[in-house]
Formats: sequence, C-alpha cells, structure tokens
Amino acid sequence: MRKFDTKVQDLKYKVLREVARHAFEDRLAESFIDIPDEIVVGNKPTMRCCVYKEKAIVAERIKLAMGGDKNNPNVIEVIDIACEECPMGGYAVSDACRGCIAHRCEEVCKRGAIYFDHTQKAHIDKDKCVECGQCAKVCPYTAIVNIKRPCENACKVKAISMNENWAVSIQNEKCTACGACVYQCPFGAIMDKSFIVDVVELIRKSNHNHNYKLYAVVAPSVSSQFSNAQLGQVIRGIKELGFFHVVEAALGADMVAMTEAKELSEKGFLTSSCCPAFVDYIRKEFPDMAKHISENLSPMATIAKYIKETTPNAKVVFIGPCTAKKMEFQREEVRPFIDSVITFEELQALFDSRDIDLSVLEEDVLDNASYYGRIFARSGGLSDAVREALKEQGLEDFDFNPISCDGIEACRLALRKASRGNLPNNFIEGMACVGGCIGGAGCVTHEERNKSEVDKYGQEALEKTIQDAISVLK
Amino acid sequence: MKITVCIGSSCHLKGSREVVEELQQLIAENDLKDKIDLCGTFCMGNCVNGVNVTIGEEIFSLKPETTKNFFDTQVLKRI
Ligand code: SF4
Ligand code: SF4
Ligand code: FES
Repeated sequence: MRKFDTKVQDLKYKVLREVARHAFEDRLAESFIDIPDEIVVGNKPTMRCCVYKEKAIVAERIKLAMGGDKNNPNVIEVIDIACEECPMGGYAVSDACRGCIAHRCEEVCKRGAIYFDHTQKAHIDKDKCVECGQCAKVCPYTAIVNIKRPCENACKVKAISMNENWAVSIQNEKCTACGACVYQCPFGAIMDKSFIVDVVELIRKSNHNHNYKLYAVVAPSVSSQFSNAQLGQVIRGIKELGFFHVVEAALGADMVAMTEAKELSEKGFLTSSCCPAFVDYIRKEFPDMAKHISENLSPMATIAKYIKETTPNAKVVFIGPCTAKKMEFQREEVRPFIDSVITFEELQALFDSRDIDLSVLEEDVLDNASYYGRIFARSGGLSDAVREALKEQGLEDFDFNPISCDGIEACRLALRKASRGNLPNNFIEGMACVGGCIGGAGCVTHEERNKSEVDKYGQEALEKTIQDAISVLK
Repeated sequence: MKITVCIGSSCHLKGSREVVEELQQLIAENDLKDKIDLCGTFCMGNCVNGVNVTIGEEIFSLKPETTKNFFDTQVLKRI
C-alpha cells in the first residue's frame, strides 16, 4: 500500500526507518555505514547516474537522519550532492514560439523587453525583464515559460538562492524552517534534520517508563495521516513503541484559545503565536509587528508545560506535521517542556523499524480536547476557537474581526497592511503552510480529504465546549 | 492533602471531568480549599480501572456516580 505522496518521501522514510532500526538494536554507531547498501541494492541505478552516487546521497541522508550538521543551527539542510542544479532564470521563450504576426507579447510588455530575431521568433532581454509574466499570459501558443527551481518556487520568504556551484543554498537569516522546500524538491536535495535517534534513546533509557514517563503529545492533524489504520490503532502503536501515554496537543490549543481571547480583548490587536514559522517570519521580516505577537506559548508547549508541572519525572516528545517545531522546541522558553520533536513521517519510520503493523492492533483512545482545540489543525480553526473562547468568557462585546492567513504570501499581505495601519481586522491567524498544519511538510500525505478528516475528528470530541475541556486542568 | 485525578484519555472518556467537577464542588461546599490540593495527571498506568484517583499513594477507582460516596467515606475521614 502506498504510504507517501512521492518517492522522495519514501526514500527518506526508508533511511529514517533503517537508522531507527539500528538505533533500537543499539548498533547504530558500528553499523550505520552499512545502511546505504541495504537501501540501494543491486548495481542498476534507479534514481541517479550510478549506484555509487545513489549510495553517496543515501549516506548524506543518514547523516541528517542522525541529527545533521551540528554547526548549522537551522534544521533545514541542503544535501549538496543531491542537488541537480536545476535550470533557473525566470521567463524565457521556448521552441513553441511560431514567430507569429500578432506579437501580443511585445504589445503587452511595458518594459520593452521582447525583441525578435530574423525568423520573427521572440526573445526576452533579461536586462529589461522584471519577471511580471504578462507575456506568458497572452501568448496564444503558451510558448513563454517560467523556468524556476521547485525549491525557489516553494520558498515564499525568498531564503533560497544558489551558490557558486549552482547548487541550492539556504539563507538561515531568512529561513523560517517551514519545510516547503523539503517537500517540493523533486530530488530530495533539501531535508529536515531528524531527532529520531534521540527519540529512540528516550524510549530505551526510560526502561519501559520506569526511569521516567515518556509522553507523546500529538498534533490534531494526526487524524488525517494514517489512512490504513484507525486513529485508535495509531495511538496504540505509539504506546507499543514504548510511550507511556498519548496526549492531544489540541488540549493545549484549548488552553491557548482561552488565554488568547482574553489577551486580544485587552490589547485590541494580536497576531497568533501557534505557528513557529509564522512567528519567526514576523520577527525576521516585520520586526515592528513583533510586539503584537500573542504572549501565549504554542499549544504544543502549553500542554507539555502542563504535563511537566503535574507529573514529576515526565519527558515529552511532540509528534506533528511540522519541521518548524523542530526549531521551536530549541528555543529557551520552550526547551524545558519539550524533549524532542518528530514528524508523522518519522513516526511512520519508527513504527516500521519495530515492525508494528497498525492495522492489526486493538484500538486505544485519544480524548481530552474539545472540537475547537482539534480544528486548530486547519486554517480558520484557530479563529473559530478564539471566537468561541470570547463567547464562553462573556467577552462577546469585543468586536472580533479575524483574518485567517494560510501560506506565507497571505501572511505577508496581512502583515504589510497591518504595519501600515490599514488592515481592517484585529486578529491575524497566521499559518505558514497552505491549508494550515494539515499542509505541513512532515505530513505523510497531503490530500484534499485531510481537512474533512480533521473536522470529523473535531466533531468526535467528547467535550463540546472549550470550557468543558479545560475545566479539569484547574 | 493531595488528591490527584487521572485525566488521561481513557479515564477522561469514563468521566474524569465529572469526577473533577464534583470534587471541586464538594471541596468548596465543605470549605476545604486550603486543606485539599486537587490536581490532574495524564494516565496512572491503570486505565482499565478508571477513573483513577489517588490520595497520596493510595489509589481508588471511581465513577462520576460514586464520587460523592468516595468523598464522604475516604476524603473526609482523612482530613
Ligand atoms: S524551510 Fe521554508 S523558509 Fe526555509 S528555505 Fe525552505 S521553503 Fe524557505
Ligand atoms: S502551519 Fe503548522 S505545520 Fe506549517 S509551519 Fe506552521 S505550525 Fe508548522
Ligand atoms: S488514562 Fe487514567 S489510568 Fe490511564
């Protein structure tokens, strides 16, 4: 059964799985060099020019699966030798140009960048072109194409450029670790560092939860991720791995919704603080707006804090769709509460490294949060929850006017308007991923149905109001 | 005195919230807020017997309906 969206994800998964397997068997240090031979079998290349290159790249992936370059603070890293140095250069006229008489391209180009050769075929003067794309729109043969690298195209904060060797390079000062490029590079040349080995160690050293209790906090988007198993089986599987208990991050979201609603009613204007990539983006590109970021910790950190405060000797691993959370948990204010972060991709690798077949497991339960906490996983959910939280706290008088932005471009638009003082809204819900966290780079699948799965999961919550869900916490 | 109610998923589905709310109310009614520290924890590793509640090291298995009785017979005598 197909598990992942692409073969690149599948390859990465295999590496993670084998690294986890070796780590569980406590032989990683001695035998990780054997892994490339286990993954690239035979002597016929299936991905690159030769099996030697394939193995060399797998070896690089192994390094990343084992934590990556310790000197690079970013969790998103480039595998230089895996980069195909794709062509780039923006708008160009392809062979499909027929050298027509109409010359709509020339007409529409305000910069006068289009010129013609002696066969009447069009060319673009790159010194004049501003990459507006108008010519491409009007050509009746769609002969003008935009040649962009998929990674460059994916990165809406423009952190991606190329180095002197034409390979991709990431500017850490701009990168928000959203992971869009990781998911979009068709060669898998950009990868998120993995803490899967740390998590295996946390499991092993807990000694069946005797030395400490190992909690998994799972993001609500989990409901859409494992289509070949029931959610209850996924929860059972996590416990089979060696976790003591599984807690919904959505309960943290319920807590956040309450305090955020209150904070908003007091301050009058706020941006959300749940998405670490969005928060990072504000700090980097709109520093003047940083004072408006909600003071709340993210739902992940909020619930982990609660677990650690109430349960002595607890350790917490967050499992979610998100590469940016791998940055967030290293922040000073979050570090005490979260011990490690992995993605759903990595969870799948962990299951399979232990040969856990979810589909035959008995169903376990996951229930703490309300409908509202659970729908945080999709764009618009956070705003719905804050509206509900205002109502439940008797703050309906506050004229709540949210804007839900998913994807950095939508976030940028709202932030720019707000910084100039002409945004009509008083609450910016910002999610770096298109669709919200269900579009996160660490998801196993990114499908249309994922949104309805999240809503369904929300409706299944025992607690219908936020107040009900969090009343036990006081 | 510290009373801990399990609010892990399994106990939650069996009614931890009702148990907590009932205990909160009983504590308030009996004016014991200063004497009893009510807290929650996620799972006590004894899910089949939920809702699990502990007083110190002692573990009790409650249902929302038996909470009042538990309070009268177990909590009050320990005050
Ligand atoms: S992780 Fe996101 S912000 Fe960073 S380089 Fe990739 S696409 Fe750009
Ligand atoms: S939208 Fe969600 S998954 Fe994407 S970067 Fe933000 S928190 Fe992570
Ligand atoms: S959930 Fe209460 S003991 Fe496990």
